[in-house]
Amino acid sequence: MSAANQASAVSTQHWPRSGNRSKRVLPGFGLSLGISLFFISLILMLPLTGLVIEVSAMSFNEFWFVITDPRVVASYKVTALSALAASVFNGAFGLLLAWVLVRYEFPGKRLIDAVVDLPFALPTAVAGITLATLFAANGWYGQWLAKLGIEVAFTPVGIVVAMAFTSLPFVVRTVQPVLEELAPEDEEAAVSLGASDGHVFRRVIFPALWPALMTGVALSFTRSLGEFGAVIFIAGNMPYVSEVTSLMIFVRLQEYDYAAASAIASVVLLVSLVMLFAITLWQSRYLKRIEGR
Amino acid sequence: MSITVDGINKRFGNYQALNNVSLDIPEGKLTALLGPSGSGKTTLLRIIAGLESSDSGRISFSGKDVTGLHVRDRNIGFVFQHYALFRHMTVAQNIAFGLDSLPRTRRPSKAEIQARVSELLDMIQLPHLAQRYPAQLSGGQKQRVALARAIATRPKILLLDEPFGALDAKVRKDLRRWLRNLHDEFHFTSIFVTHDQEEALELSDQVVVMSQGNVEQVDEPIELYARPDSRFVFDFLGQVNALSGAIQHGRLSQGKAWVTLPGVRDQGDAQLYMRPHEVRLASAPDARANLPLRIEAVSLIGAEVRIELSPVGWHSESSDDIWEVSISHAEFNRQRPTRGDLRYAVPEIGHLFTGKNTRPSPVTWAEEEHCRAQALCPS
Repeated sequence: MSAANQASAVSTQHWPRSGNRSKRVLPGFGLSLGISLFFISLILMLPLTGLVIEVSAMSFNEFWFVITDPRVVASYKVTALSALAASVFNGAFGLLLAWVLVRYEFPGKRLIDAVVDLPFALPTAVAGITLATLFAANGWYGQWLAKLGIEVAFTPVGIVVAMAFTSLPFVVRTVQPVLEELAPEDEEAAVSLGASDGHVFRRVIFPALWPALMTGVALSFTRSLGEFGAVIFIAGNMPYVSEVTSLMIFVRLQEYDYAAASAIASVVLLVSLVMLFAITLWQSRYLKRIEGR
Repeated sequence: MSITVDGINKRFGNYQALNNVSLDIPEGKLTALLGPSGSGKTTLLRIIAGLESSDSGRISFSGKDVTGLHVRDRNIGFVFQHYALFRHMTVAQNIAFGLDSLPRTRRPSKAEIQARVSELLDMIQLPHLAQRYPAQLSGGQKQRVALARAIATRPKILLLDEPFGALDAKVRKDLRRWLRNLHDEFHFTSIFVTHDQEEALELSDQVVVMSQGNVEQVDEPIELYARPDSRFVFDFLGQVNALSGAIQHGRLSQGKAWVTLPGVRDQGDAQLYMRPHEVRLASAPDARANLPLRIEAVSLIGAEVRIELSPVGWHSESSDDIWEVSISHAEFNRQRPTRGDLRYAVPEIGHLFTGKNTRPSPVTWAEEEHCRAQALCPS
């Protein structure tokens, strides 16, 4: 018997005429849900619907032609591979950063904690320009890298750098709270059973962080797929080499080909949605096992 | 393995958690660390385990100094109050963890580990749950898995931090008995922490009573209960009925209440402590005491009838100004005490704390009455 049913059973005992309708204990459910749904429709669903309508004006052949254009296909590859590299890098570095921020006390910890969010706060174009300047052949970082024969700015590597920069907070901010809530007892239990530090991390800590880390990496990946502002300044934007998909959308828009822009956008959207659903599904199955629901 | 604790001090900031604690835990015995929260018992257990470091002092196992040894090298089994099972591992994986963690040279083969795990699963009577995850188990099952996990590597020392604290009464009783059997079968040297005096007295071979970072008394359960060394231990081990007042000419009095103290020469402030079963209820005062009390509550549950009373015309220093007297059901049926009745407590055995003496001296009345009846009393 659910709590709501019990509550109604009690209320019918006290007020036999008030009927059987179960009442929620927390007030404001209708209003808050209504407002939430309204805004979700306004901000998310409406533009998406617009996109679908725009695309549906095209025939399937036209649509297919636009999205399989060789230059666009090349951009998919560049975008997906760069996003993958950036999110894998963030997975490792973000985990390290979260670990340091949760596990150790050191001066300046609060400052670093605040700086982690900088990529969210900074306009991505500003980030792009800054990164391009730093990594240019005569920039602060670029001049040293150039001596080693590494070119970053205006190459696909630059795209990875920009994507990693803008999506780092996703990993840190998803892993951090989970790491904070890890019971110290679990580690103590593992150590008392004779496990080495490495063994404790691999077998006890990492599996607990794994779902959060995967979510963070997936968010970082989907965000990178659509990154525009930070990327275009550092990418060099050479067709077939360093053009990202979001740039292709922008190019089509500049040609006033709204339908084609929407078609390409719908591909990005689809991939992002599939990614998010997949990760949510996987995570809920993983957590179901751990939490025994 | 015997355990020696030698002059352990531990501070947390301004708080002295352990104050020069020394203890000998004999090999093969089940020892209880008993005390209220904040008495330092868990801290001491964690220091013995190596999960916490002490500020000064030494820990040795069978004479070998392990103070500087890391917890993973002390080869102890530790059981946590909230089980600390690994949530993402099955029951079998949890139990195998200690064996899996051994360095490759000492690690048994996969088959041997599996055999050991199923042996332990049989021992905790949960072989059918091997593939379950901890979240799918009840509290009692989790604690048994935690125990199996702790002893999988055959440690000589088993340390348990409030092992039954989070379980309900019935399960707790079963597990207690089970732990006792386990201990007797495997001859660990075990220490468990508890704040439940009944648990400590029932389960252990030796009880260490702690208070505010100090060891108050170390004794066998029977000795401890019969002869507490201090007011604290007396108070902590069960319900106490107290009368505090001043002794004059062999009589302790306060307000309307008084008790004769045969053979007591002391004068001045004193407290007389009595357990619920050391007091009888009468309908009139007699020569040994005048302790008027009004019945507040009668509880018929259990082997004895428990009666709560409040002092009339005096006050008690025991908990909530309430006295507790237990009488047999037969006695209850004869007397039929009901709420609101006035009764007089007649002490059978008392424990007198006088002045600065921390140890109580026993007080008995029977002999005196006997001699008075025979007119043989020495004056």
